[in-house]
Amino acid sequence: MHLAFPLVTAALLFSAGVYGVLARRNAILVLMAVELMLNAVNLNLVAFDVHLRDRLHGGQVLTLFTIVIAAAEVGLGLAIVLLVFRNRRVIDVDRLRSLAESEPSGSSDPSGPPPAEPEREAVQ
Amino acid sequence: MTGRDVVFALLGVVAVGAGLLVVTTRQLVHAALWLVVSFGALAGCYLVLTAEFVAWVQVLIYVGAVVVLLLFGIMLTRAPVGPSEGLDSGNRRAALAVAAGTAALLVTVLVMGFRGTRLNDAPHCPPDATSCPARANGSAEHLGEAVFRTWVLPFEVLSVLLLAALVGAIVLSRTGLATRRDR
Repeated sequence: MHLAFPLVTAALLFSAGVYGVLARRNAILVLMAVELMLNAVNLNLVAFDVHLRDRLHGGQVLTLFTIVIAAAEVGLGLAIVLLVFRNRRVIDVDRLRSLAESEPSGSSDPSGPPPAEPEREAVQ
Repeated sequence: MTGRDVVFALLGVVAVGAGLLVVTTRQLVHAALWLVVSFGALAGCYLVLTAEFVAWVQVLIYVGAVVVLLLFGIMLTRAPVGPSEGLDSGNRRAALAVAAGTAALLVTVLVMGFRGTRLNDAPHCPPDATSCPARANGSAEHLGEAVFRTWVLPFEVLSVLLLAALVGAIVLSRTGLATRRDR
């Protein structure tokens, strides 16, 4: 098998992930695109580990580590997304502009009151 | 083209196609389900590349855990179930240009660099050779030896990282902490 097959597959997957991160506005879809990019890197690591017949299995072990880090990342990312949703009722990344300099009245006040209690209970 | 080439090419086409559908579909839940297809095809790619253990870890963690977490996130943020407009932001054309540029650059460089290279995983030994170099092997036995002998320190550091991420997620999703301090 040619080495170019896994490499080109990984490059195309990475490009799809780049497009998703830049074009999507829902934060969960952005997280999915990040997962696609991480998987492209994993495919490269496995392909070169197998190609070089690494005796220490560095590539495959690093792939396992990347998978674990991706799991931790998606857990924390979803916690942050849920926190933002609980406070702002919106997770569109281009509408969360309270850190931008222009448009000070764009979205809700960051130190504003939290939403009503029954909604917060329902979110959990 | 051997049978292995054909199988890998088909799995790669499925993985890339499902990945493209993940980033272009108009339904949030469908994006998560296409992600399952893409990760499953990638696990098949790992199997073709003789990395069995990584393939099964991929199925367990990505298809089993990460996609379920993402589906939980979709449900908890009350996403619309049907097809919804406005999942793409305004810079869609710029994103398309950047992604196409990335793809063209990477594919060109990789194809030019590795055009004639065959995957080198099964060495050809002459029959009278005394010692044959090891065949590439990604079984759980070999990987476990590698993890717990050579890479044991990064492995332990990673467990601390997982614990920290767990504590961080719990602290972030507890409701009482921030509001109590504010009042």
